[in-house]
Amino acid sequence: MARVLLFGALRDLAGWREQIFEGVGDLSGLQSDIARLYPDLTEALKGPGVQIAVDKALVRGNVSLSTQTEVAFLPPMSGG
Amino acid sequence: MSVTVQTDMFDAGAQLSAFCHDLPDAGGVVSFTGIARMDDGKTERLELEAYPGFTEPWIEALVAEARTRFSLSAAKVIHRVGSILPGEAIVFVATAARHRRQAFEGADFLMDHLKSRAPFWKKEHGPDGARWIEPRQADYQDLTRWSADHTLKEGS
Repeated sequence: MARVLLFGALRDLAGWREQIFEGVGDLSGLQSDIARLYPDLTEALKGPGVQIAVDKALVRGNVSLSTQTEVAFLPPMSGG
Repeated sequence: MSVTVQTDMFDAGAQLSAFCHDLPDAGGVVSFTGIARMDDGKTERLELEAYPGFTEPWIEALVAEARTRFSLSAAKVIHRVGSILPGEAIVFVATAARHRRQAFEGADFLMDHLKSRAPFWKKEHGPDGARWIEPRQADYQDLTRWSADHTLKEGS
């Protein structure tokens, strides 16, 4: 089970902030599931500057996901 | 070292006064306060969001790096989230060091990274609607000033 969180512009585009995805083994599989269910998000999630955090640590490439995982898609950040 | 992410407004002057207490080794203190601009009426309010549990440790790692790199004796960061009106403070950074250059550079380093690297997302609401703000090219350019021996690891 992966709890997927969207932030910033990604959240507005999707129209949701948080979704549970069941039966997900790795990040690539999760991205495929998201693309199938939410085709409009497919390109945006791969967009420039979008980073991915698994259990609050940034990751690159494919990683396996444990049974209770939080996956956050983070568009370009801007503070201050 | 102190990092706070909060929705409440803060008084930058009072924060600076509090920071200046109990700094026996410091020879100088520098502070910066970022304020929401009106932008000629284009901005009615800002909406900032963080990723709780991710944003705070990220800033703490940044402050730890600044303390080491610039030999800071103390540093403080306050960053607001939620709805912010023009004229209100968004961010406060204070640094203390034995010598002024370290304090100036430490504050500058912290602000450059908070501006375009820290995990916040900022939406501007105005008369023509709302839009998400991404760092400007100049903000990314500012970061390169620190990249020669930049050691902050992504995700740290």
